[in-house]
Amino acid sequence: MIKKPKMTGAEAVIECLYKENIEVIFGYPGGAVLPLYDELYDSNIKHILVRHEQCAAHAADGYARATGRTGVCIATSGPGATNLVTGIANAYMDSVPLVAFTGQVPTSMIGNDAFQEVNITGITLPITKHNYLVKDARTLPMTLKEAFHIASTGRPGPVLIDLPKDIQTEKIGFEYPQKVKLDSYRPTYGGHPLQIKRAAESIMRAEQPIIYAGGGVVISGAHNELRTLTELILAPVVTTLMGKGTFPETHPLSLGMLGMHGAKYANYAMTESDLIIAIGARFDDRVTGKVGSFAPNAKVIHIDIDPAEISKNIEVSIPIVGDAKAILKELIKVLRQKRESKWNEKIKAWKKEFPLQYGRSDKEIKPQYVIEQICKLYGDAIITTEVGQNQMWAAQYFKSTEPRRFISSGGLGTMGYGFPAAIGAKVGCPDKLVFDIAGDGSFQMTSQELATAISNDIPVKVAILNNGFLGMVRQWQELFYDKRYSATRLDANPDFVKLAEAYGTLGIEVTRPGRVKSAIEEAVNSDKPVVIDFKVAPEENVFPMVPAGAAINEIIG
Amino acid sequence: MKHTLSVLVKNRPGVLARVSGLFSRRGYNIDSLSVGLTHNPDISRMTIVVAGDDHVVEQVVKQLNKLIDVIKILDIREDESVNRELALIKVEVDSGTRSEIMQIAAIFRARIVDVGARTLVIEVTGDSHKIDAMEQLLKRFGIKEMVRAGKVSILRGTKGIE
Ligand SMILES: Cc1ncc(C[n+]2csc(CCOP(=O)(O)OP(=O)(O)O)c2C)c(N)n1
Ligand SMILES: [Mg+2]
Repeated sequence: MIKKPKMTGAEAVIECLYKENIEVIFGYPGGAVLPLYDELYDSNIKHILVRHEQCAAHAADGYARATGRTGVCIATSGPGATNLVTGIANAYMDSVPLVAFTGQVPTSMIGNDAFQEVNITGITLPITKHNYLVKDARTLPMTLKEAFHIASTGRPGPVLIDLPKDIQTEKIGFEYPQKVKLDSYRPTYGGHPLQIKRAAESIMRAEQPIIYAGGGVVISGAHNELRTLTELILAPVVTTLMGKGTFPETHPLSLGMLGMHGAKYANYAMTESDLIIAIGARFDDRVTGKVGSFAPNAKVIHIDIDPAEISKNIEVSIPIVGDAKAILKELIKVLRQKRESKWNEKIKAWKKEFPLQYGRSDKEIKPQYVIEQICKLYGDAIITTEVGQNQMWAAQYFKSTEPRRFISSGGLGTMGYGFPAAIGAKVGCPDKLVFDIAGDGSFQMTSQELATAISNDIPVKVAILNNGFLGMVRQWQELFYDKRYSATRLDANPDFVKLAEAYGTLGIEVTRPGRVKSAIEEAVNSDKPVVIDFKVAPEENVFPMVPAGAAINEIIG
Repeated sequence: MKHTLSVLVKNRPGVLARVSGLFSRRGYNIDSLSVGLTHNPDISRMTIVVAGDDHVVEQVVKQLNKLIDVIKILDIREDESVNRELALIKVEVDSGTRSEIMQIAAIFRARIVDVGARTLVIEVTGDSHKIDAMEQLLKRFGIKEMVRAGKVSILRGTKGIE
């Protein structure tokens, strides 16, 4: 018998990370993770020190979304662990594969309200796919094996492993398991052949079909199959925010994003469709608007790996549970080429009559114009966004053509996500240009990560659409609260150029539309992280929009 | 509509919190819950009574199935199963009421498990209607305390959850 090598729990964790091919982790140290950090010190794993633990989770999340691999973050016990919470919740809502490690007080002290003790497995119960408190060091290899397996398979999500300090120092015999033994966790991948056949029949019969693609298409890597399907049946494609880039938005059959700030034609097409082919999308309330009036004449085919999403919000007539790519492959085989129909004509007419547009100006910088310019100049960049108007304008005006190139906090809507996510994306894709399209409010939630970007030489570009407001909230106040701008004026914004300079990097202020293009180029040509402060029209609104509680075809603006 | 869910789970620390937490988080109400080991000490079985229409219960079951520690779930129908609840009822007695109370217990095939100077503790087993009826009858004598255990259910015949 081969003797298992003896090592400490901390060494075992690092060894497991090697086995999982983890090259980089984002983290922040503290007392309860000292043994682990000591092992990291001379390991081959790159550790990126963030300036706030929330950003360790967001950076790992951005890394995961950009690369398709599992992101890893680490924090100490107590406040370190609670600082991760927003980042974990964000990853949970958007189904991002993430493994988070937290330090914990020694097992003998758990439950005593020891210094920096929090029950982080309890706190994260509803926002993790699964979590572990390791109480026996010998279970570490299997725990890590399971954690990475659970995080990245089925519907992905964050998994947290809480590591008491004594577990990190205890000696164990190490052996990394080949396989997990999880008889209670077996995601379905292949779709049911009969359901696929029924779906194909419905598609061939449908006169006004529409394809509705979400983040599941990105996760599954089903974008090529999606394109084949679309060109076979000539149905228009709408995507969710998470689904941006799964189908090229430059394609004539693309209707872009639907929902609250979707294009009018996207919402009209959805409403009048007679068959919705939903793929890896979950009929979120931002998409459906008033549920009772959502696509009243449509039958629904729903392809999703998570059976709990079927008929959760909208009644589904043909559910197909499984992996989108595998299912689309089968579906394509049994479909025949359809011809252009009246439906296609109708949609072309809508597109012409109700285009996505804004009032252009040569005096003020329109935020939409900034995004159009970034898209025109650097259309193959990875875009991350903050939350608010900046996010919706980015979704509307940046025409995504590839998956994993538009990264945004969808389910949780976390201000401050975009910048650390950009850092993570750039670490994962160093050859790609990465832009964070930011708001002045959001950027101030995580701007301290400029230090992370600079010290680790991660040259991401931040384009602040600086309107001096918490713009999206102000917009609602303007439209629905009589212009009573309660707590939405950002009247003490810092000088963002000086802020960038204070961290030792480049800041560019832009006040005229004529300077927009050259400023973007200047930022890209710099090999440093750059902050561009676009002073945009302060009270510009995001249109079109579906007011709260309205049907999506009751879209205004 | 009440549904009775039989849930097989891994016998791990925190599993009860995972299951019960899911109910509160998703806004589903638990009417009763009982947990205990099965004949396999690695596996526990929960019987959960939940109120809700079929759509709600279908959602509950799907969400429960997503928990990594949940092995299997059965929505048990009353007419296909044996269902039991247990209650301990402490009633006030005096020399005038003792024999009547004991008669009621006998009719219900309940047992007197403790006799005090002024109290009797009655153990009654059965479905929830039987226990409700017993409680109703004993009320006029004065119930000092009552404790009910959650329902447990098992399918009749060879059908089951294994
Ligand atoms: C952490 C967090 N807090 C509060 C909100 C609510 N919220 C949504 S959008 C928004 C305004 C964002 O302002 P800014 O970043 O300047 O973007 P703008 O809308 O002006 O483009 C706020 C406060 C949120 N989404 N996230
Ligand atoms: Mg703003």
